Amino acid sequence: MTPRTRAIPDVGAATPVPALEPLLFELARPGRGGGHVRTSETAEIPEAFRRRAPLRLPELAEPQVVRHYTHLAQLNYSVDTGMYPLGSCTMKYNPKVNDRTASLFADLHPRQSYRTTQGVLALAYELERMLAKITGMDFVTLQPQAGAQSEFTALLVFKAYHAGRGEGARRRRIIVPDSAHGTNPASAAMCGYDVTTVKSDARGNVDLEALRAALGPDVAGFMLTNPNTLGLFEERVREVCDAVHAAGGLVYGDGANMNALLGVARPGDLGFDCVHINVHKTFSTPHGAGGPGAGPLCVKAHLRPFLPKPWIVKEGDGSYHYDTSREDREPEPLGDSIGTIKQRLGNFGVLVRAYTYMRTLGDEGLVETGRDAILAANYLLALLRERYDVAYDRTPMHEFVLSASRQKKQGASALDLAKALIDEGFHPPTVYFPLIVPEAMMIEPTETEPKETLDAFAAALNRLAERVATDPAAVRETPRGAPLRRLDEVGAARRPVLRYRAS
Amino acid sequence: MSSVPAGLKYSKEHEWVRLDGDVATLGITHFAQEQLGDVVFVELPEKGATVRQFASLGVVESVKAASDIYSPVSGEVLERNVKVIEKPELVNSSPYEEGWMLKVRLADRGEVQQLLSADDYRAHIGETAGSGGD
Repeated sequence: MTPRTRAIPDVGAATPVPALEPLLFELARPGRGGGHVRTSETAEIPEAFRRRAPLRLPELAEPQVVRHYTHLAQLNYSVDTGMYPLGSCTMKYNPKVNDRTASLFADLHPRQSYRTTQGVLALAYELERMLAKITGMDFVTLQPQAGAQSEFTALLVFKAYHAGRGEGARRRRIIVPDSAHGTNPASAAMCGYDVTTVKSDARGNVDLEALRAALGPDVAGFMLTNPNTLGLFEERVREVCDAVHAAGGLVYGDGANMNALLGVARPGDLGFDCVHINVHKTFSTPHGAGGPGAGPLCVKAHLRPFLPKPWIVKEGDGSYHYDTSREDREPEPLGDSIGTIKQRLGNFGVLVRAYTYMRTLGDEGLVETGRDAILAANYLLALLRERYDVAYDRTPMHEFVLSASRQKKQGASALDLAKALIDEGFHPPTVYFPLIVPEAMMIEPTETEPKETLDAFAAALNRLAERVATDPAAVRETPRGAPLRRLDEVGAARRPVLRYRAS
Repeated sequence: MSSVPAGLKYSKEHEWVRLDGDVATLGITHFAQEQLGDVVFVELPEKGATVRQFASLGVVESVKAASDIYSPVSGEVLERNVKVIEKPELVNSSPYEEGWMLKVRLADRGEVQQLLSADDYRAHIGETAGSGGD
């Protein structure tokens, strides 16, 4: 097995294509293997519960297993191997020190008493205060396990807020812009709300007149991402928030694009009632892919009573405890809280990584992060704007949306360009989102990339534009340097093969 | 400009119906496929199933999004287009002919009154054009 070969740009030549790694089951041979559990160690298990037939596990020696997983890692593309300009996802580099600090807390038990976890509570409390400061909010819950669960949490909080004012039954509708992340209307629907979509105006902002027309006494709230999914700052965000508030609604901030605002603007100052944080985007924690995630929710004081419990309380003497679970006094009642979303501190290990990142950078570093992300995006756009159409021609923030409409007419779509970028050694950008841009390619370089990498990426994409103009079929046949060509994505989603069966 | 053939009936959810006696052939409109982009998957009910007007009858998935298909009429499914399931791109290349989806025996001819004429549908997409394909 040769190590992964980086695909070279001119794939017409004899490019060494990395081979797919066989499954462990395919590598296994009977009789090979490492450790075996000795019978004496299982003697305490009652006879009735003992396995009669041996487990059908693949038999391999340890070096084979290690090589297998190393080969898989070599086939993988990650921020550690190259630029990952997946717009809306903020695929920044995750400093390794984050994992080091998180490992210090690995032996914690989620139900451990506050008495033996003072340092843990101190870290969580400080993280809450730091997030409140960055977002301009008053209080924070660390419980939600992901951005989408934070949306869900916030909408439950909205429901509780309106119910507390006797308007719960009446306010049944959530408004979202047509550029919204798909999770926004999905979260609203999961909370039982009806969803109304308002269109964007010619500058890519929320159409204020359309919003005003959609508002009414039945509206519970409005969900807005700022900068929006076009990478553009909502120019009339104050008026938008004022209009929603005047109708008695609340404004939810989708914090997916918070990286652009770090030290530049605070959602709390712009008029939002709450905002969630994708720590895996803004604060360099691992992107989920099914693993543990975290999506803290930051709120203004008027929404605090409804936040999930328990809350972390700091006493005057500098000690910490949970408000609902002190052993030496009566627990405080749940009150107006919506309850528990995820026990106590959520996925704490992820939060330790975010805390580490913020403390490593400090105030000045965080401000620089946001500004560098914006600078990188604008630099890249300047290099690409001649050969690609720009969806909304304004100065973007941390990301921008190109349209491959011109290339589509010439014979290669945004999807084809995305696949061709794989042969150029880059991860593709987000394509076909936001939905309001035809043949959308959403590019977010993040602050992580040096100028040389941005130049190389722009050169690759511009080269592809030239190739589309002369030989679109070649672009449609990419990728040629990857172990698999075009995948059956629909088949993988609709008819997944989740279990190995020996043939 | 989207193609909106005269003589067909249309729903506000962007389905078309061609009537032949009490049999309705239906699919999604040129405008709908344009908004969706490249269609990669079509899920349709089997022969003998019952569909209800304005209720979801299946799913069409494109590179952009998955969307429900809403039945413009009620009735029993007489036939589904197997070719469009095998080659979903027919929805893009020929939405009104080869890309048809179902033939349905009408349960209530009166329901057709609830549908739009070609002119009305053209006006409808004029209003909603640009508001996304979902």
